[in-house]
Amino acid sequence: MHIVDGALSMPVLVAGSAIAVAGIGIGLKQMPIEKIPAAGVLSATFFVASLVHVPIGPSSVHLIVNGLAGLVLGWAAFPALFVALLLQAVFFGFGGLTVLGVNTVDIALPAVAVHYLCRPGIVRGSPQVAAIWGAIGGALAIALTTVCVGVALAFSGEGFVAAAKLVFVAHLPVMAIEGVLSGAAIHLARRVKPELFEAFSPRPQGA
Amino acid sequence: MGTVVRADATGVLETAATRRSPLERLDGRVRIVAAAAFALVVVALPDFAALIVALAAAAGVMLAARLPVLRTLRRVVAMDTFIVFMIALLPFTVPGDPLFSVFGFPASREGLAEGARIALVANAVVLMAMGLLASFEPVGFGRALAGLGAPERLVHLLLFVVRYIDVLEQEQQRLRRAMRARCFRPATSRHTWISIGHLVGMMLIRALERSERILKAMKCRGFTDRLHLDAPPRLGRTDLVFASCFAGLLFGLVLWEVVRAAGH
Repeated sequence: MHIVDGALSMPVLVAGSAIAVAGIGIGLKQMPIEKIPAAGVLSATFFVASLVHVPIGPSSVHLIVNGLAGLVLGWAAFPALFVALLLQAVFFGFGGLTVLGVNTVDIALPAVAVHYLCRPGIVRGSPQVAAIWGAIGGALAIALTTVCVGVALAFSGEGFVAAAKLVFVAHLPVMAIEGVLSGAAIHLARRVKPELFEAFSPRPQGA
Repeated sequence: MGTVVRADATGVLETAATRRSPLERLDGRVRIVAAAAFALVVVALPDFAALIVALAAAAGVMLAARLPVLRTLRRVVAMDTFIVFMIALLPFTVPGDPLFSVFGFPASREGLAEGARIALVANAVVLMAMGLLASFEPVGFGRALAGLGAPERLVHLLLFVVRYIDVLEQEQQRLRRAMRARCFRPATSRHTWISIGHLVGMMLIRALERSERILKAMKCRGFTDRLHLDAPPRLGRTDLVFASCFAGLLFGLVLWEVVRAAGH
């Protein structure tokens, strides 16, 4: 769901970059130097997870898992996902350079939103309840990402509105997949290692 | 069904650019700034002739970088197939002179031109980025970013990610092998999604545990909340020559655009 160079107008590029810089700043502030190993290894995990392909009919889609990233990393998802996109742009030639800010916001802002909306349900409830919140978070993050992409496109030109709607519809199956998948991942993590959701919370609870 | 990354012996990020290239001695900071400046200028160019010159320059740099041609082109084609659906709609959604029609929907000249411009820009930028950046050794890329004044913690985060992507990719392969050994076959089914969800969840759990071990190992070696980055080297003559030529190219493109706009 990356937007490439050339499609967006200058104001959208500037606004996207400004929001991305602010988000990365907040994320880095919540990431003291001794959290860097955890943040780095978890970011690498999300990078590797985004290379996993899931079959869908005759084709396949790659995972985004930004919902999970938000649930685990909180605001640190901003620098984490920015680094992932930067590495993809530089080493795979995927995405674009001027759109790096916009693409970061498109993926990381929904992650942060999911963090605030769904994390309470995941930390407090039973693993089953947590799984449901995880599924909601996983699907919601993709939905919000397509909305962000759509907004960025629509502000760049009327001609893109149809493409923006198409992006949303095309991602309905992805929302279902990421929802079920995130729910399963959260269910497992809650039973095996609930500390995963405390690693990057601003207020360490009982630790 | 594996990953999109072919399991090269060099790892996920490592490019197998082993052939000698005139660009490889170029300072990393110069390469990053050049690629970014090129992208900014090209994105702002509305004129086709200037864009074609930019695309040619990008192709030239890519050839000079002596990247593996087939693999590079494969990546460019992958990007093009990716954007084609967005571009293909433009002639029908941008209002203007109808040029031809498909199933009764008129395609406008303006929309077609806009789509072609986006394709040119995207390809020029991606070729230049590949030429200048893809031959980076990942750790060198982090150091160059630090040399350009990127926040220290962001650079350390990037260095950790670069270090552990390969480790975790191998872990992912190991878990996938274990799943295959139990007759797991990916399909369009709830079972597949839940199984892959468990795979991702397991990777996250192991990642957190691994990071705890890493921190302990760091502390054992005297880590006291400080990480170090070495000072970047001084720019050499090659760097200055390349930077001037590149600045000349970009200045020429901007000047062309200004003259053309004034002529209208």
